[in-house]
Amino acid sequence: MSPEPMTPASTAPPGASIHNIGYRHYDGPRLGRAYARRSLFSQSLRGAYGLGRSAKSKVLPMLLFAVMCLPAAIMVAVAVFTKAHSLPVGYTRYAIYLQAVIGLYLAAQAPQSVSRDLRFKTVPLYFSRPIERGDYVASKFAAMASALFVLTAAPLLVLYVGALLAKMDFLDQTKGFAQGLVSVVLLSLLFAGIGLVVSALTPRRGFGVAAVIAVLTIPYGAVSAVQNIAFVQGSESAVGWLGLFSPITLIDGVQSTFLGGSSSFPNGLAPSTGAGFVYLLVTLIAIAGCYALLMRRYRKAGL
Amino acid sequence: MAGATTVEDVTVIVTESLSKRYPRVTALDRLSVDIAPGVTGLVGANGAGKSTLIKILLGLAPASEGSARVLGLDVAKDGSAIRERVGYMPEHDCLPPDVSATEFVVHMARMSGLPPTAARERTADTLRHVGLYEERYRPIGGYSTGMKQRVKLAQALVHDPQLVFLDEPTNGLDPAGRDEMLGLIRRVHTDFGISVLVTSHLLGELERTCDHVVVIDGGKLLRSSATDEFTQVTASLAVEVTDTEAHPDGTEALRAALAAAGVAVTTGAQGTGGLPSSGHLLFVEAAGEQTYDLVRDTVAGLGLGLIRMEQRRHQIAEVFRDADRAQATATPAGAPGAPYATQEGGAHDVA
Repeated sequence: MSPEPMTPASTAPPGASIHNIGYRHYDGPRLGRAYARRSLFSQSLRGAYGLGRSAKSKVLPMLLFAVMCLPAAIMVAVAVFTKAHSLPVGYTRYAIYLQAVIGLYLAAQAPQSVSRDLRFKTVPLYFSRPIERGDYVASKFAAMASALFVLTAAPLLVLYVGALLAKMDFLDQTKGFAQGLVSVVLLSLLFAGIGLVVSALTPRRGFGVAAVIAVLTIPYGAVSAVQNIAFVQGSESAVGWLGLFSPITLIDGVQSTFLGGSSSFPNGLAPSTGAGFVYLLVTLIAIAGCYALLMRRYRKAGL
Repeated sequence: MAGATTVEDVTVIVTESLSKRYPRVTALDRLSVDIAPGVTGLVGANGAGKSTLIKILLGLAPASEGSARVLGLDVAKDGSAIRERVGYMPEHDCLPPDVSATEFVVHMARMSGLPPTAARERTADTLRHVGLYEERYRPIGGYSTGMKQRVKLAQALVHDPQLVFLDEPTNGLDPAGRDEMLGLIRRVHTDFGISVLVTSHLLGELERTCDHVVVIDGGKLLRSSATDEFTQVTASLAVEVTDTEAHPDGTEALRAALAAAGVAVTTGAQGTGGLPSSGHLLFVEAAGEQTYDLVRDTVAGLGLGLIRMEQRRHQIAEVFRDADRAQATATPAGAPGAPYATQEGGAHDVA
């Protein structure tokens, strides 16, 4: 990186030479694919919270982050103040209660992450660089899932710290916190996958936002309604199976079976353990399926 | 100029009977070319296979047949390594409007593997070299087309590649912007020592910028040779004169006078196609400086008015005509020559 002699400057008038220091070659390290992948990951993750972007684009994610943490802070404050022996809401249930906020965040940020690259045709620039299609998809997926994890795990951390401050049972709380974290990891992966697949279908950000909201809320509304009808008609086993058909009830089923939570299904019905395995399986298949769909989506996107 | 290249006597791109077939169309048909360091123009009509070739050379699409090496690396195996040392400027718009040029180019530098500090330094350097100064901190959305093209060029150069692919870099620019961009491309090689493969369908542009021109059509190689060979073999002068009372047909009078002086003269029909005034144009084969003087003196001697006298180098466009003629003789049905007629625009070189 040593500056080259200013050969062209000799012909320029003395005052202009300051602009003309010649072209310098770069002979420093080139860190290759893995580094490029990490760079894309961190850029996307930061972008999901509006960091490194305009002030305007920080407003919504930060606001939603605050909304996500606020109830946790209030609960903790109340618990500490009343010297309660347990938190009013379980760790695994928290994200389910605030699913609307998570949905909004996803709807706002998933299109931001992938539709922009499609709309402004930046994707070919990525693929003209060392990274491959898989690197791009993996980075975007990981970044979106991490952003969702930050959003969903932060309030759990608030709850956990608050619970310890309120001198609740350490073992109980740690176990609950760990279970909560596992459940939000699953939720983050699933939601990130769904959000990205839906928004990668359209280069239009507005469509992406609407589509993500629709995909998250319509199945949930439909499943809840049918579950209630089934419950009223007394077919309780059907209630358990119906939960398979919307993302949030899927996570709800998994966490209520394996992670010691109670479900939001009618009357707090939880799927049986056998059904629970099916829930887990379906969740994992859905995550893998979203990843595969994204890979497919970008198969033709090069140049 | 030759000293600026780091690899001498080495070809930067070699293809050997490279073919790319899609189910319904053959994009490249047994294309074999060697491209040396320098500025190389890749000419062809839309759909001639230019973009497909770039895609294969970047290692992004597998060739159906044949092989290609870029900077000595096999495109089929070392795509990632090639893309680390090669820059690519796409034809279409590719810039997000809501970030500044600096942020965008830094990100792209990091995507090419440059560490953060180096990425920032190289970005500042590169943007300055392409001629973006204070505006680089403003969002790209507010840039003019010319400035956007510069940002696109900067992102292709930021990682100091050994070779850049520029796909139609002058698209959408006004004549002044076009000249600046062509000058910049020339500098990419002369000052930066980076080899350039530039595609265009405007032949006149490449004439001025390139050392070497490769013409492809329908995925086949039509011709590959140095620009000089295309343009300097036979320089000719186009001369147009007025008629006077003494010489009602000034053009014919001049033709006769020049022919008598021993200069090869042809009338306008050949080579210029549909120019409206072609009947009044004389093409004088220029042997050197003295031909100019001779024409001037002859015109003055006849008392004619000289409307114009311009240098007409043989244009690259003619390679298409030659090829068409060759094709027409090979296949009696005759190949359609029409698509190239529209491509002559901008090829005039006014002396």
